Amino acid sequence: MSEQLHYALYTGCTAKQSTPELLSSTLAVADKLGIKITILEEASCCGASHLQDFDEFLAHVLNARNICYAEKLGLTMITICNTCQLNSAMTKHALDSDPELKARVNEKLAEVGLEYKGTSEIKHFLYALIDDYGLDNIKNKVTTPLSAFNIAPFYGCHNIRPSELHGSSNGGENPYKPTSLDSLIDALEGNPVDYDHKNKCCGFHVELQANHTSEVLAGNAMIDAVDNNADLMVTPCPLCHLKMDTYQDSVGKVIGRDIELPVLHMPQMVALALGCTEKEIGLNFHVQKATQIFTEAKRA
Amino acid sequence: MSETKTGQTRKVTIKAFRFNAETDYLPSYKSYTMEVGKDELILDLLNRIKWEHDGSFSYRRSCRHGICGACAIKVNGKATLACKQNAMELLDLFNNELVFEPSSTKRAVKDMIIDKSDFWEKHAAVKPYVVADIDPHPEHETKQSIAEFNKFLDSDLCIQCGACHYSCPALEANEDYLGPAALNAAYRFTVDTRDTAAKERLEITAQSGSGVWDCVKCYECAEACPKEINPIEKITKLHNMQFEQGVAVSNVATRHAEGFVRSIKKHGFLDEADIVVYSEGYLGMYKHIKTAIKMARAGKIHWEDGLPWVDNMPKIKNLEEVQKLIEISQTNKL
Repeated sequence: MSEQLHYALYTGCTAKQSTPELLSSTLAVADKLGIKITILEEASCCGASHLQDFDEFLAHVLNARNICYAEKLGLTMITICNTCQLNSAMTKHALDSDPELKARVNEKLAEVGLEYKGTSEIKHFLYALIDDYGLDNIKNKVTTPLSAFNIAPFYGCHNIRPSELHGSSNGGENPYKPTSLDSLIDALEGNPVDYDHKNKCCGFHVELQANHTSEVLAGNAMIDAVDNNADLMVTPCPLCHLKMDTYQDSVGKVIGRDIELPVLHMPQMVALALGCTEKEIGLNFHVQKATQIFTEAKRA
Repeated sequence: MSETKTGQTRKVTIKAFRFNAETDYLPSYKSYTMEVGKDELILDLLNRIKWEHDGSFSYRRSCRHGICGACAIKVNGKATLACKQNAMELLDLFNNELVFEPSSTKRAVKDMIIDKSDFWEKHAAVKPYVVADIDPHPEHETKQSIAEFNKFLDSDLCIQCGACHYSCPALEANEDYLGPAALNAAYRFTVDTRDTAAKERLEITAQSGSGVWDCVKCYECAEACPKEINPIEKITKLHNMQFEQGVAVSNVATRHAEGFVRSIKKHGFLDEADIVVYSEGYLGMYKHIKTAIKMARAGKIHWEDGLPWVDNMPKIKNLEEVQKLIEISQTNKL
C-alpha cells in the first residue's frame, strides 16, 4: 500500500455501551495494521430498523446527518455493526437515487448547517480489511496463528442482504454462499467451519416482541455450528453477538440443548491473531466464558 | 465434472429430493448425471430428470415465462423460480454441485411438489382485493394518477410463487406469522386509492404474533423474490402506516420502535437499558433480570445504570443538532 488507509469510524451505540470489547479490538487492529481511524463523535444512532418502522423519514434525516460528517472529512465511513451498515447504506441509496427525497432531507439538514452530498462511501470494517487492506497483507502480520480453533463464521443478515444494496461495498458477496469471513479465518490460519446456518438470521431484532422466534433462530444457528465441531463462533455484528453470547443460556433452554460456544467479534479474532493485548481484545466482557481463548491461542 | 471441448456444456451430477407422502416414511436424495448446456434453465434440468431418467419424478410447471409462479423450488437452499434461472450461473456459484429441493421440505407432497395451503390461507387473511362500493352503472373508469398507480406497481407484480414465504425464518419458527407474501399483498391493496378497507387491513397486520411486528428483519424475502418486489420494504411501510393512521396500539413492539426517538433525543445514542425498560414497562422487567445480572457480572452494564437519577450514558457531540432535526422532521406519533 502506497498510501496509509484512513477511515471515519461510525461506532454505533452497542460498541459505546454493552460491547466495549468491540471498539477496543477494532482500534487495536487498526493500530497494528497502520490504518488511521477518526471516530465520528457527532454521529447518532442509525435507528437499527426500529426507528425506520416508526418514522422512516426521520431515520433518513438522522442517518444523512451522520454521513455528512464523514463527507466533511472526505473519508469513507466504516461501520462495525451490520445493522448500522444496512441502515446507513439504505439512507445513502435512497437519497442518491431519489433527488426529491434528497432535497427534502437537505431542507431539514440546512437548519443545522449541514448538507448531504453523497460523496462518502460506506462499508463495514470486515470489507475494508479484506478489500482495501488485503488478506495477504493481513496474513503477513499474523503472529499468533489461530490453528488450534475450528471457527464458525456467522455472517449476520445485514452485511449480505439485500445483495443489490451491498454489492458495491461488500465485494459482491453472494448471500447464499458468502465467503469473506471464511477467507479471513483462513488468512489467520484458523479452521473455518462449514455449516448451513452461517448466513441465517440470529433473531436479535425480535428479542423483545417475539422472544420465542428469536431464541429458536439463534439456537438453530448455534447448534448447527456446534454439531459441525465449532470451538468458537465469530461475527462481524455486535447485535448477533449480543443475541448469541448474552442469551446463550436461555436459547439453550428453548432449543433443549446445553450450549457452550464462545462468540467472538470479528475484530477480536483478528486482534488475537495479530498479537494484540488481552485488555484490547477484551474477552472478559463476554457472558459466555471466553477468556481461555487468549491463553489457548498463545499456547498453540 | 468435466468441461467438454467446446466449453459449451458441463457434465454434472444433480442430487434431487425424492419423497412420496403416500408411500414413504422418509425422503431420500437421488443423483442424476447429465451434460448441461450454457442456455439451459433449471426447469430444463427438472424436465430432463423426468424425461431422461425417471418418469415418476414430480414437480409443478406451467407458463415457462416467470408469470404463473408454479415452478418455485430451492436449489442448494436458494429460492429459485426454475423457469427464470440459468443453470450455469448456479453451477458456477455452487461449484458444480446442485441439490434440488422443494421450497419447503416439511410440506413436501411428492418430490418438488408441496402443500401450499398455509400460503393461501395467509394470503386470503389480509383481504387481498380492492374493497369498494362499486357503481353498477359507471359513466367512466375509476381514475388514478400515475403517482397513485406507482405506489403499488411493484407490489402488484407478485406471482404467488411462495419463494419469499418459504424463505422466511420467522414463519418457520412461528406458524401464526402472516409472512412476507401476505404482507406485501396487504400493502398493495391498502395503498390503492380505490380501496376503502385500509384501516381494517392495517389492524390485521398490526396483530402481535401474526403481523408486521414479528418480522425478524433478515431480508431473506427481498433476496428470494424472483420479481424483485422487496417485500420487507412494504413491511416497513406498513409499520409506518400503522402510526400515521392511528392504528398502532401501545405495546412492547410499538414502544420499542417509538422509544428510539426518546433515547436519541436524550443522548444521540440508543440507551440500551432504557429501551428495554421503556418497551417492556417496569412490570415486564422480571423477564430480563437474569440476563441483566449476567451482563452486569461481565461488565457490560453497571448496576447504577438502572437508577433514574444516574445518567451514565455517553452523549454524542453536537447533540443539539439531532434534537433540532427530530423536532422539525418527526411526523409520526404513538
